[in-house]
Amino acid sequence: MAMSTDPPMYDVAVVGAGPAGLSAAVGAAEAGLDVALIDAGRLPGGQYWRHDDEHPPHPGHRDGRLFARLRARLHHQRRLGRLHYLPGHQVWLIDRPRPDTGPFTLRLNGPYDTAPVERDRVRARALVLCCGTHDRQLPIPGWDLPGVMAAGGVQALLKGHRTAAGSRAVVAGTGPFLLPVATGLAQAGVRVLAVCEANPVHGWLRHLGGAARVPAKSAEALRYAALMARHRIPYRTRAAVTEILGEDRVRGVRLDSGEVLEADLVALGWGFTPALELPLMVGADTRRDLDGSLVAVVDTHQRTTVPDVLAAGETTGVGGAALAVAEGRLAALTVAAAHRLPVDPRAARRLRATIRHGRAFAAALHGTYPVPAGWTDRLTERTVVCRCEEVTYGELCRARDELGAEDPRTMKLLARPGMGWCQGRICGFAVAAVTASLTGRPATAEDLRPLSARPFAALVTLGELAEMADGDEEPGADAAEESGADGDGEP
Amino acid sequence: MSHARSECGTRSGAPSYRLTFDGAAVTALPGQSVGAALMAAGIVSWRTTRREGRPRGLFCGIGVCFDCLITVDGRPGQRACLVPARDGMRLSAEGGDGEGDGEGGGDGDVD
Ligand SMILES: Cc1cc2nc3c(=O)[nH]c(=O)nc-3n(C[C@H](O)[C@H](O)[C@H](O)COP(=O)(O)OP(=O)(O)OC[C@H]3O[C@@H](n4cnc5c(N)ncnc54)[C@H](O)[C@@H]3O)c2cc1C
Ligand code: FES
Repeated sequence: MAMSTDPPMYDVAVVGAGPAGLSAAVGAAEAGLDVALIDAGRLPGGQYWRHDDEHPPHPGHRDGRLFARLRARLHHQRRLGRLHYLPGHQVWLIDRPRPDTGPFTLRLNGPYDTAPVERDRVRARALVLCCGTHDRQLPIPGWDLPGVMAAGGVQALLKGHRTAAGSRAVVAGTGPFLLPVATGLAQAGVRVLAVCEANPVHGWLRHLGGAARVPAKSAEALRYAALMARHRIPYRTRAAVTEILGEDRVRGVRLDSGEVLEADLVALGWGFTPALELPLMVGADTRRDLDGSLVAVVDTHQRTTVPDVLAAGETTGVGGAALAVAEGRLAALTVAAAHRLPVDPRAARRLRATIRHGRAFAAALHGTYPVPAGWTDRLTERTVVCRCEEVTYGELCRARDELGAEDPRTMKLLARPGMGWCQGRICGFAVAAVTASLTGRPATAEDLRPLSARPFAALVTLGELAEMADGDEEPGADAAEESGADGDGEP
Repeated sequence: MSHARSECGTRSGAPSYRLTFDGAAVTALPGQSVGAALMAAGIVSWRTTRREGRPRGLFCGIGVCFDCLITVDGRPGQRACLVPARDGMRLSAEGGDGEGDGEGGGDGDVD
């Protein structure tokens, strides 16, 4: 599948075609730059505007109109030859032969064996990383049973594949995102037995103070409340699922009240975890955000701490699609200004104000829907924490008590959590939290980093590695090994 | 594995594809992933884990967790949530570690 023609050079490569990346790529192309837009998905829109081949997001909907416009502008810029859109391409490695200066090489492959790739490499003078998130998960006894899914995954099946993942569902965890998942299932004919929100109800009322500054958001909350009522979905607050029941597939859940609900689908979500492997790979600084997730540090121009690398959307902190769009637009203006193209300073000011309000609202949400303190108390000796390597809580405890593993890096080496196929994407947050709690301290960014850095951002074939090692003028192979060697991606 | 699942929303005129899973017929709609088609057919697992032999199917639904590995037309280790269903595809369950034919880099052991 590999092609060894000279990789083309772009002014900017945008990774991710969700709300942030689409806005950044379209904005940069319209400003006059040569843009590559690389996205693992087959269709533009990312997680928020996920759709299938025949059902684009509804244009009657406020956000649907925004998406329709962005998509039209994307295709217009493609026709003009300013924007090269590469859907179905994963960036698995980024290297920059000369530290902090000169172009980047991005290596690309397809998400599955038979996916044709148009390019296996592109080069770019600047990067905008808009890699989005996935659902954050906390291990619960029984969460590895078939029929238990990430809440966002259930939503993705509905929106992207027209498929309801079960017929009797419980939606559990924390956060406002549980509501669209529950109402989406109900609209698809699934009986939703309950939304189990782990945090207290007055959260809703408290965060309206912040929401008043972002009126569209409060309207959205009211719309979901109405839908929940129409479908008679009980919204239980301070309700945590303590155990998922079943032998070889899910049969139900037990709540902390002791009550059992029989279900064939359990959707779990505890907020979101940004995908930080590419920012870490290029050496960008990261920090722990208010929701406890590791995020890329950016300034008020969306610049990371690495020259010519920008980040936008949930890569810089979980905060929803509207904020992601504003950040993507601002990133485009910053790249344009760096190329000495004319930029309207009022536009940048307006975007900064939108971003400030969006972040304040996100902060209110994070305060209202925290990961519940003490969640690790529910883990049992046999609860699987790392699904890939099947590492249990008991094994983590023994690695701490008998082998002295006090930080996630040592934990990884001694007990192997985060060392399997997903590379800690699913269990990373939990392993950091468990390790810290076993050591009697709160989790820090230091705990999260080794579980968020990956030698490669996507699965690579041995052939691709071999080709990289010998076919290149650039020292890509060394960079890859170094970032894998100590696991924290600092080149 | 008997629970019937619904496909929400019918597509007027969209012809459905015919696939097989371990020899049994499964239908899929254009645009559905093979994982979605299996779920819609009430099949919730198609892999067993390496250590404990536990069943696995879709979990993250978006290509992140690798729980859903499946063999598609003889190619092992494909993510069922990403591979679009096509007419005539042969799907088969994956046992043990689900590991394919010499893929590297997924194991994190570059150290
Ligand atoms: C499964 C899921 C479902 C969601 N559904 C909803 C919903 O219905 N409603 C809602 O309000 N919010 C939803 N969210 C939250 C939503 O993700 C955000 O609000 C919004 O999409 C953020 O936009 P973004 O541009 O930052 O990232 P995203 O929309 O996540 O886009 C990031 C894109 O980058 C791509 N990418 C990442 N890494 C690479 C790489 N290495 N190479 C190539 N491409 C890469 C991804 O494939 C993705 O297309 C969902 C989140 C998830 C995880
Ligand atoms: S369900 Fe997670 S990778 Fe397919």
